[in-house]
Amino acid sequence: MTGRSTGAPILAVEDISLAFGGLRALAQVSFDVREHEVRAIIGPNGAGKSSMLNVINGVYRPQAGAVTYLGRRRDHMEPYEAARLGIARTFQGLALFKGMTVLENIMTGRALLMRSGMLAQALWLGPGEREEIAHRQRVEQIIDFLEIQAHRRTPVGRLPYGLQKRVDLGRALAMEPKLLLLDEPMAGMNVEEKQDMCRFVLDVNDEYGTTIVLIEHDMSVVMDISDRVVVLDYGLKIADGTPDEVRNDPRVIEAYLGVKH
Amino acid sequence: MATANAELDTFPRLLLHHASVRGDRPAIREKDLGIWHTWTWRQVFAEVRTLAGGLAELGFGRGDHLGIVGANRPRLYFAMMAAQALGGIPVPLYQDAVAAEMVFPLDNAEVRVAVVEDQEQLDKLLSILDSCPRLEHIVYDDPRGLRHYTAPQLMSFERLQELGRERAATRHLEDEIERCLPTDTAALFYTSGTTGDPKGVVLTHQALIRAGRADIDMERLTDAEEVLAYLPPAWIGQNMFSYVQAMIAGYCVSCPESADTVMLDMREIGPTYFFAPPAVLEGMLTRVVIRMADAGWVKRRLFDGFMALARRVGARLLAGAGGIGWGERLLYALGDLLVYGPLRNALGMSRVRVAYTAGEAIGPDLFVFYRSIGINLKQLYGSTETSVFVCVQRDGQVKPDTAGPPVDGVEVKIADNGEVLVRSPGLFVEYFKNPAATAEVKDAEGWFHTGDAGFIDDAGHLRIIDRARDVGRLADGTLFAPKYLENKLKFFPYIKEAVTFGDGRPYVAAMVNIDVAAVGDWAERRNLPYSGYTDLAAKEAVYELVRDCIDKVNRDLAADAKLAGARIARFVVLTKELDADDGELTRSRKVRRRIIAAKYQKIIDAVYSSQDSVEFEAQVRFEDGRTGRARADVRIWEVRRE
Repeated sequence: MTGRSTGAPILAVEDISLAFGGLRALAQVSFDVREHEVRAIIGPNGAGKSSMLNVINGVYRPQAGAVTYLGRRRDHMEPYEAARLGIARTFQGLALFKGMTVLENIMTGRALLMRSGMLAQALWLGPGEREEIAHRQRVEQIIDFLEIQAHRRTPVGRLPYGLQKRVDLGRALAMEPKLLLLDEPMAGMNVEEKQDMCRFVLDVNDEYGTTIVLIEHDMSVVMDISDRVVVLDYGLKIADGTPDEVRNDPRVIEAYLGVKH
Repeated sequence: MATANAELDTFPRLLLHHASVRGDRPAIREKDLGIWHTWTWRQVFAEVRTLAGGLAELGFGRGDHLGIVGANRPRLYFAMMAAQALGGIPVPLYQDAVAAEMVFPLDNAEVRVAVVEDQEQLDKLLSILDSCPRLEHIVYDDPRGLRHYTAPQLMSFERLQELGRERAATRHLEDEIERCLPTDTAALFYTSGTTGDPKGVVLTHQALIRAGRADIDMERLTDAEEVLAYLPPAWIGQNMFSYVQAMIAGYCVSCPESADTVMLDMREIGPTYFFAPPAVLEGMLTRVVIRMADAGWVKRRLFDGFMALARRVGARLLAGAGGIGWGERLLYALGDLLVYGPLRNALGMSRVRVAYTAGEAIGPDLFVFYRSIGINLKQLYGSTETSVFVCVQRDGQVKPDTAGPPVDGVEVKIADNGEVLVRSPGLFVEYFKNPAATAEVKDAEGWFHTGDAGFIDDAGHLRIIDRARDVGRLADGTLFAPKYLENKLKFFPYIKEAVTFGDGRPYVAAMVNIDVAAVGDWAERRNLPYSGYTDLAAKEAVYELVRDCIDKVNRDLAADAKLAGARIARFVVLTKELDADDGELTRSRKVRRRIIAAKYQKIIDAVYSSQDSVEFEAQVRFEDGRTGRARADVRIWEVRRE
């Protein structure tokens, strides 16, 4: 994309190895993510993409390797620590409260940022009220940003899949993350929904300055919106570079697109 | 109030008047981040003052055209007011038009300054800058996504107002308003036109104001009305109800949060004066029908029972007719409590005092539905060239198939060929820079030739049958009025669009678009899987569904000796939706008959042969201007006509 300037590395993973029993998920994978960039991790099914995200936000503990985030080694972050440090994520299988409205779901993303006590919130006392109004305003901005005003009061379970994905993104955005991990944000969408989602991802990056790491196996989507791309195959990193470099890398073509025999 | 306002004959004077007389009354509202924000008339005038100052700094002045592109946003309305206050002319363009469609009006009107809503509209204008070299300044309202834009033409709305602050502190604007004459051009509307290049309709302050005021007086509208501005501002209808009449009567106009929230916003605002083209009313009814089909059996039985009663007596009660027994009156009152009232509320129409529909002929069943549940929906007849109001149905004298008698001051007569001619104070001056087109429709005595065929009935009401040039005859001489048939088809919730053919042909044939929401819902109920419109449209069961609809239309037609010969013999369900982006519909969703006939020639030929299917490849144009192709086998079915 044009006009985007990326800064110093915000996250670096070095020689990460992860295995489940005898099953190798990741082997000595290293790469970094610069501030304000859109960084993609691609690869065929089972390449280790989701495992990599889970290592970054502390769901999995790698057997070997180092994770450096915001200039500090944080190899053993717990997921809640990761969240506190500004890492938000969306999920491949949606993780929303189906019976709650869009507004309420996105509001849950603010939970970590709420400061007033349970009593003040429950009784709607001074600080509780002020805080709720401030959070609500922020959530409304996100609703406006994602163009889901018409569904504010709709229970999430009643929305079509593409919109649920958008709500999931909204919930993650509500955390005001520094680093946003998107796990296959376009999976299962039709072409129009994919285009919409691409636009939102780019807009998030542009408007909020959020650094984005996204996993996707639709190659064309990734190439259009990413600054740099890591390619994994069977847990190994086989390429890393700009979309153009990656697209023309013979190993990527072989592993990912298949090779002519 | 008509007499007291004798000198209030230009829009800027009306604005000054409201700012001083009802300065603290609400003038315009907008929902943003879930909250309604209100501008009073005094605040509006302050906004317009700085804005006009900024425009003047850009060299915008008397006789200049200001391009306005976007949905209903307060700032775009301020821009219209500011342009008019400076003696300039706002030119609203359809916000969903593709970029190429904007070249003609921008070039034709020599637009130097344009005000756009957001990035989407801005991108379109930037993409056609090469074709519009005169365009020097583009002012945007919403800055989202524009951080990295560097085009020298760009300016934010705030920046423009900043530029105007100094001048706003002087009497510059008052002087300019003084110089504004009622005979000056107030607005230029490009008609979507079913053929050829659009034409710029030149309307003066006095034409718009006199037409709007005649209707306000007739309906006794006041500054307490509530109106929701939800239709494209480039359309004269929208402009009349949300701008012209609001500026005359001083009522408040509310702008919805987004295009998707219109129905929710309507429930919150509760408009008292409402305007909807038939397509919108149809969409609302379709949603009601779908929701009722999903309701429990008690609700469904109540709904069906009371709707049957409403059909019998509702419309007559609304008209104040006699001859209805106290038993049925009582039942209707009960129905109002249980069904009609909640239904009006669900539609956001609880407070509607006057509702109009126009733009297309409305199916009688659809029209009667709204009246029968107690909504004072009335038809009007008019066009851009007549500042909307030609005929309006009067309270208590509403018949489903007429447009009512002429409004005060309007003369209507029927030409020998059946064409409706109009002469009125609201008439347009000319088509901008197009004397040939003007001469074609405006004769020496000042009559405007509407192009519609119609007649005036015994009660003095105008009845429109069709476009004059579309009324045809079958090969055996039977009268064939395509729009009449299409409207009958379109009343079925399953049918979204229909195009009929028959002029010079042995029989009538129809091409149909199904309504993907209604038919999709119907299919789900039958566990019929489908992947999208194209798939759904090709299903045998859907063909049967459409055939049943056509059967009903044919039975209706058979009842009328003059129309019995024009029953539909064969039909196809198109595998592609007719779309304004592909040039098949106008932006106001009217069928472009000739373009469709040319584009679907292959299907039409097959329909008038003995074939029972035809392979067809349609060209599709995406909103960004790219084109693609979609191929499909289209089946042709027969309908019984005995």
